[in-house]
Amino acid sequence: MLAKLTVSEALAKLQKKEVSSRELTEAALSRIADVEQEVKAFVTVTKEEALTAASILDDRRLKGETLGLLAGIPMALKDNMCTKGVRTTCSSKILHNFVPPYDATVAELLKSAGTVLLGKTNLDEFAMGSSTENSAYFTTRNPWDTRCVPGGSSGGSAAAVAADEAFFSLGSDTGGSIRQPAAFCGVVGMKPTYGRVSRYGLIAFASSLDQIGPFTKDVRDCALVLNAIAAHDSCDSTSANVEAPDYTSFLDGNVKGMKIGVPREYFAEGIEGEVKDAVRKALDVLVSLGAEAEEISLPHTDYGIPVYYLIAPAEASSNLARYDGVQYGFRAEADNLLDMYKKTRSQGFGAEVKRRIMLGTYALSSGYYDAYYLKALKVRTLIKKDFDRAFEKYDVILTPTAPTVAFQAGTVENPLTMYLNDICTIPANLAGLPALSIPCGFAGKLPIGLQLIGKHFDEGSILRVAYVYEQNSGIERRSPELGKGGVANE
Amino acid sequence: MKINREEVAHVARLARLEVDGVEMDAYTDQLNAILQYADKLNRLDTEKIPPTAHVLPINNVFRQDEARPCLPREEALANAPDDEEGMFRVPRVIE
Repeated sequence: MLAKLTVSEALAKLQKKEVSSRELTEAALSRIADVEQEVKAFVTVTKEEALTAASILDDRRLKGETLGLLAGIPMALKDNMCTKGVRTTCSSKILHNFVPPYDATVAELLKSAGTVLLGKTNLDEFAMGSSTENSAYFTTRNPWDTRCVPGGSSGGSAAAVAADEAFFSLGSDTGGSIRQPAAFCGVVGMKPTYGRVSRYGLIAFASSLDQIGPFTKDVRDCALVLNAIAAHDSCDSTSANVEAPDYTSFLDGNVKGMKIGVPREYFAEGIEGEVKDAVRKALDVLVSLGAEAEEISLPHTDYGIPVYYLIAPAEASSNLARYDGVQYGFRAEADNLLDMYKKTRSQGFGAEVKRRIMLGTYALSSGYYDAYYLKALKVRTLIKKDFDRAFEKYDVILTPTAPTVAFQAGTVENPLTMYLNDICTIPANLAGLPALSIPCGFAGKLPIGLQLIGKHFDEGSILRVAYVYEQNSGIERRSPELGKGGVANE
Repeated sequence: MKINREEVAHVARLARLEVDGVEMDAYTDQLNAILQYADKLNRLDTEKIPPTAHVLPINNVFRQDEARPCLPREEALANAPDDEEGMFRVPRVIE
């Protein structure tokens, strides 16, 4: 089945003219038609546009034109990245009719790399959540067991790749929103260093934490996609002006002498036994190939969640002030301006978004700023320093990605319990570090994820370790059973 | 209690949100639970610790102040819920 190919496999076939972009696009669209009813990964599918774009690329290839790095590959974008002329909803009612007049920088870069946009994927509204259950439209399902969630917030992007509906996708990660769904769906997901990939045109949630990154079927694809999107951008003042290497050059299969730190706080109470076992087994594989592993301590790990759940809502409360019903999006009818603001925002935002706006507004409000927001920023310093110290001695840090495997939809009702999902992923956002999740086994039929965290701008080292692990893990590449009319998981 | 019903109502007003009675009870409970959880930060002495608002050593980023192309007016207004004569139209502000 064409849709099952990795990006690198599909590129090789395109270059040898064994397959056309049109055929790959048709294969992806037909896969979407077959399984989307079960998976529900997409908010919008851009079928006609995709077929047209693919045919144009095929023509250019036949004419012998020079094409981009990923020319002909069909992909999907999380629906919080602006796409010119294609509705971008953030899975929120407040943006249900928003058609951006411009492309996000990543959308533009991927266009010039020659990719074909298949559609926009579902997320927790405004990327706030860990399950896609906060989407204003529907909950995406985990392709491995459709009773379960795909994780979140980039659950649609993760599920689309896991279900072979897209060859790769992009997500955004503020507290784990790429890595946790990658772990839940059994795909590779990377959050690059803060500033490595432009955020211009990414609908802002928490600006000091948000970062865009790829979901792919394997580590080589992750490096290929990162090559296409890692670039300085003058439209994003937080974009880092740091040269990006060729990330595939790190896939040399050698981890001899690499130093891996294994923080004991990530194997504490609350992390499921099967998850710990799978991650320790993965570590054994790396050690058997010459890596050196040592247990370390990142003593402020436990404070990551409270710090995050003060900083992220504070920044969100400010970023989301722009949704006032004036310039774009939903507007509620009212007699005066103040009521229009209030009704628009109350009817347009879902419960979790409102909860975080209120929490953030409170943490920033007069009399509480020092006690909550400033305190959180200070503890953020301590968390960052833990990593600075560890990286003086170690090349990468290895942990579980999420404390559990995917849980069943509708079973986590308490917001605070849901927040604990991010316990292993939040610290990398607070410290701005690159981190990747790679599948490291299964508990029953649900995938388990392993997280590798690297130094600032050293995506190369985590790709190197991930690639060696992937090549030697002994884990068979399987695909979820889907497309059988929904009976696969009954 | 870290935050009472009146304070939640005040915060909702600041955030331009309308919250009805039932919602108010739920939000008050949930915000209290989250703030109580955040209390564990007070175990740490941060008296001499500087805050980190931004992880990279990037400060002000400047560019030349020169005119560049911008969106045509009709495109900028295309998403407006209501517009008139090239402007965003809103409910009456001044009586």
